[in-house]
Amino acid sequence: MEYAILFLPLLASIISGFFGKIIGDRFSELITSLLVSISAILSIIIFYQVLANGYENNLIVTTWLNSGSLNVNWSIKIDTLSSVMLLVVTFISALVHIYSIGYMSNDPHKPRFMAYLSLFTFSMLTLVTSDNFLQLFFGWEGVGLCSYFLIGFWYKKDSANSAAIKAFLVNRVGDFGFALGIFLIFYLFGNINYTEVFNQIPIIKEQEISILGIKFNAINLICTLLFIGAMGKSAQILLHTWLPDAMEGPTPVSALIHAATMVTAGVFLVVRCSPIFEYSEFALSLVTVVGMITAIFAASVALVQNDIKKIIAYSTCSQLGYMFFAAGVGAYNVAMFHLFTHAFFKALLFLGSGSVIHAFKDEQDITKMGGVWKKLPYTYAFMVIGTLALTGFPFLSGYYSKDAIIEFAYLRGNAAGYWAATIGVFTALLTSIYSWRLIFKTFHGNYNNKNLEITNIHESSPVILIPLFILSIGAISSGFIFKDLFIGYEKTYIFWRDSILFLEPLSKDHPPNWFIFLTPALVLLSIPLSYYLFLKNIKITEELVNMNKPIYNFLKNKWYFDELYEFTLINPAKKIGLFFWKKIDLAFIDRFGPDGISNLIKNFSFKAVKFQSGFIYQYAFVMLIGFSLFLTLLIIN
Amino acid sequence: MDFPILSSLILLPTIGAFFIFFVKSSNKTYQASKYIALFIAIANFIISLYLWYEFDNSTSEFQFTENRVWIKNFINYKVGVDGISILFILLTTFVSTICIITVNYTVSTRLKDFLIAILLMESLMIGVFCSLDLVIFYLFFEGGLIPMFLIIGIWGGKRRVYSAFKFFLYTLLGSVLMLIAIISIYWFSGTTDIEKLYSIGIEAKYQNLLWLAFFSSFAVKTPMWPVHTWLPDAHVEAPTAGSVLLAAILLKMAGYGFIRFSLGLFPLASDYFVPLIYFLSLVAIIYTSLVALMQEDIKKLIAYSSVAHMGFVTLGIFTMTQQGLEGSIFQMISHGLISAALFLCVGIIYERTHTRLINQYGGLVSIMPKYAVLFMIFTLGALGLPGTTGFIGEFLILLGIFKKNIIVATIASIGVVLGAAYMLWMYKRIIFGKIVNENLKELMDVKKVELFLLCCLAFPVIFFGFYPEPLINTIEVSIQNLLDIYNFNLASYQAKTLYD
Repeated sequence: MEYAILFLPLLASIISGFFGKIIGDRFSELITSLLVSISAILSIIIFYQVLANGYENNLIVTTWLNSGSLNVNWSIKIDTLSSVMLLVVTFISALVHIYSIGYMSNDPHKPRFMAYLSLFTFSMLTLVTSDNFLQLFFGWEGVGLCSYFLIGFWYKKDSANSAAIKAFLVNRVGDFGFALGIFLIFYLFGNINYTEVFNQIPIIKEQEISILGIKFNAINLICTLLFIGAMGKSAQILLHTWLPDAMEGPTPVSALIHAATMVTAGVFLVVRCSPIFEYSEFALSLVTVVGMITAIFAASVALVQNDIKKIIAYSTCSQLGYMFFAAGVGAYNVAMFHLFTHAFFKALLFLGSGSVIHAFKDEQDITKMGGVWKKLPYTYAFMVIGTLALTGFPFLSGYYSKDAIIEFAYLRGNAAGYWAATIGVFTALLTSIYSWRLIFKTFHGNYNNKNLEITNIHESSPVILIPLFILSIGAISSGFIFKDLFIGYEKTYIFWRDSILFLEPLSKDHPPNWFIFLTPALVLLSIPLSYYLFLKNIKITEELVNMNKPIYNFLKNKWYFDELYEFTLINPAKKIGLFFWKKIDLAFIDRFGPDGISNLIKNFSFKAVKFQSGFIYQYAFVMLIGFSLFLTLLIIN
Repeated sequence: MDFPILSSLILLPTIGAFFIFFVKSSNKTYQASKYIALFIAIANFIISLYLWYEFDNSTSEFQFTENRVWIKNFINYKVGVDGISILFILLTTFVSTICIITVNYTVSTRLKDFLIAILLMESLMIGVFCSLDLVIFYLFFEGGLIPMFLIIGIWGGKRRVYSAFKFFLYTLLGSVLMLIAIISIYWFSGTTDIEKLYSIGIEAKYQNLLWLAFFSSFAVKTPMWPVHTWLPDAHVEAPTAGSVLLAAILLKMAGYGFIRFSLGLFPLASDYFVPLIYFLSLVAIIYTSLVALMQEDIKKLIAYSSVAHMGFVTLGIFTMTQQGLEGSIFQMISHGLISAALFLCVGIIYERTHTRLINQYGGLVSIMPKYAVLFMIFTLGALGLPGTTGFIGEFLILLGIFKKNIIVATIASIGVVLGAAYMLWMYKRIIFGKIVNENLKELMDVKKVELFLLCCLAFPVIFFGFYPEPLINTIEVSIQNLLDIYNFNLASYQAKTLYD
């Protein structure tokens, strides 16, 4: 069964990718959707077995790499953590496959698109079912590659290609840290399999590594390096710049890769490595701080964006920040819970926005929409459900997971925890405001699109709406149903078993009542507030923007990160490359090296030619000088 | 003494070349020459596969050895293979076959001579990888220069003469020093037999000088910074098959030389010069990656990327760790396949458009979809994506170097990021985007034979990326033995200096 879960998507990808032309568009759409759906059903069965019978397994497919003490297998490891991920990945993937049949119906390259989606699913599955760091890395780069393909899917758009390369390269920077982390693990343990490494971690707790005379604690260093990898993949601040640009890809891709699955791989990595991170107070604080800053940074940027997908992308960035600071305060299970619920409502929001974009004939600017909620009743309903779930409206999925994160941060009881909780509450408010802004601007108010008559706006077809419907059920109920299992006080340890290590048991206290009610209260309050700001009285918002132009521009330009990188990294790299090539290679090495030598020989032989002048008196003169020099030497000796 | 399989591997292509030489040249299409060359190359490849099949990878001894007196009491014709060399022989016969097929359908001027040059080259390269006598090695090693010189000089582009001479000048300069070193080894030790030299060792006080002499030859051929500038020129001017041979096999002779001679014969000097090698390799990796980023000519870009990749190889060799050395050999094999394929890819579009400038292309994917896929596979291999051989090589090397020096490993890892940058950027500019150049619209996708060749190269790149065991098993024991000897030598020397 495990084999089927993993290899059916690969099979789907091969069939659709290589034989797409032969079997036709429709058939390749159906076969990929079908195979991935089977994989999803099997994942549900596995999840149930893990849940009910405590099923665990570690299948070895074959050896991969054997060199000296390095010993790595291709493996399928099933435990609670990976079964949760299997469920999320295959389930969302299957829905996105089906949705794509409708969404991509006018695209000439359907088989290729489906092949990439299935290949992505396969890579993501190898990532989550790995039992060692190398296969994890394989899946890690594999999903990055598929993301590269899919962002650049519309290859004629230059912006899409640039965004694709940007995504790959920024991820490579993260992977650079990740790879060094793996090297360090091998250096310390002579092995990179989870079980062996995790067992030895307590032994080397105190070990230090000296780099350039500075001593670092080994575990801190490992965690920091691995976390750099996680930051790249999960678009945390500094390495986040690729995610908004990645929205150049087709919308189903954004839903699957850049919301529900791939970007959460970083969170998965930290949770998977909880046996290492638990021993590093420093790394956990780092994770908390980075998560915290990303959460608020991305939310602040999302407030002023006008591209519907970019708003949701920044929102994803921000929610990933939440997951990280949950992990950072030691509540790995809560991080996973938020990952789980987030997958549903964020995929719902993206696919819903896809439906909107579809209706508006590829328009993504929310200032060119508005007033269409009656025209798109289902899409509207689903988007509102997604927004309610995201903002943490009471009793929807986000309410359980996000509030739990904020509470656990509060209960951590240290400075980082209180800070995280405060920022968490504030970010929740921002989240709510920008989400409602999106809804009001898109669906309410006046119709603002000049290129398209409102009568031409139509609701999407059932093949698009059915996945939305299923996801909205998940967005409403996944929090309520799985709350006890994932983060309940007793069941947590039984459910997660050994897949997560908690060095300190989770706190059983409750935060004070006012704190528990604070977030939902703010969330509820923000709805009328946004209504007032973005619909009822737009003038106030405009005045606010005009009064604070510098801040507005700062947010609008995403804190100028892209410009900063362009200025400090990309341009200098190009200039240095040009300098090395033109000045050193050509003007120095070649000039004084091979060309210099050949010129020297040429000049020398020209000179030598002159010696043979043919005049006897010259020869005699030279001989005389030579002879006298010779004599002088003899006399001196 | 069984059937002299190695000698037949060496001789067969030469015999083939001889035949082709005497085939009637009145025939305009050269059909006969084409078939002879192809037959010989395939036969040789099959023999080398058989060699690999028969090869016993549980021992580090030289196998299939042949020893004949050539000049009495002076030089023996001695050949043999161990785990280190056998893969290179396979690579040589494989790539030569690919080259001959390429030449058969692309070259029209003086095809016969081209085939002769390739076959002779194949003989010499196989000779390099299995000779067990320094003099024999030197002869093969330098002999390889001549066919390559001719290939560039005769079938090359506009500046072919300049490039050919630059190539010759650089490589000859290094070789002269190596010849002197070989002569002096003979005077010190009374033998040039490598196995004997391994067991007697070379006196500590001479090692550094001799090491430098060998180094000067290998560094040029690798090529290492700053003696790398011949490579981009040679590649740009060389015909496709020439570039393939150059990148896939010729460069590997140096890496092989470093392992076999520098580490094997001069362990103390190798240890002493480690910082130098690390420094030059790092410069090669970072510097040439940056230079590659800015190239406008596809072939130059790939040539510079070769320098960067070979930088990883030298780095890996001088880690003197199991992972580093195995990674280096793996990386050489992998680079042999990938760079060969990349040059073939460039050749395919060059032949159709007669330009190698990146900005002349764009949007090829809509005209040549199959080509785009294959080119992508090799681009990914070159940037070291997991699942290709490129990854295994780089990963093992970095793993090895991390053990020795964390800073060096960190800097080298930056090269991996840069590698992705220049390869993907190049790919994007050639394959993606809108078609700007109107001439491109007429292009046809890969022909059957091109498809076949590229698939032949893609298969091992992916297969050994997922399952490198067969290759690593072959080299494992020999590398272990080499390291044991190396460490033993180092330890005994240190003990001796302590005792003194």
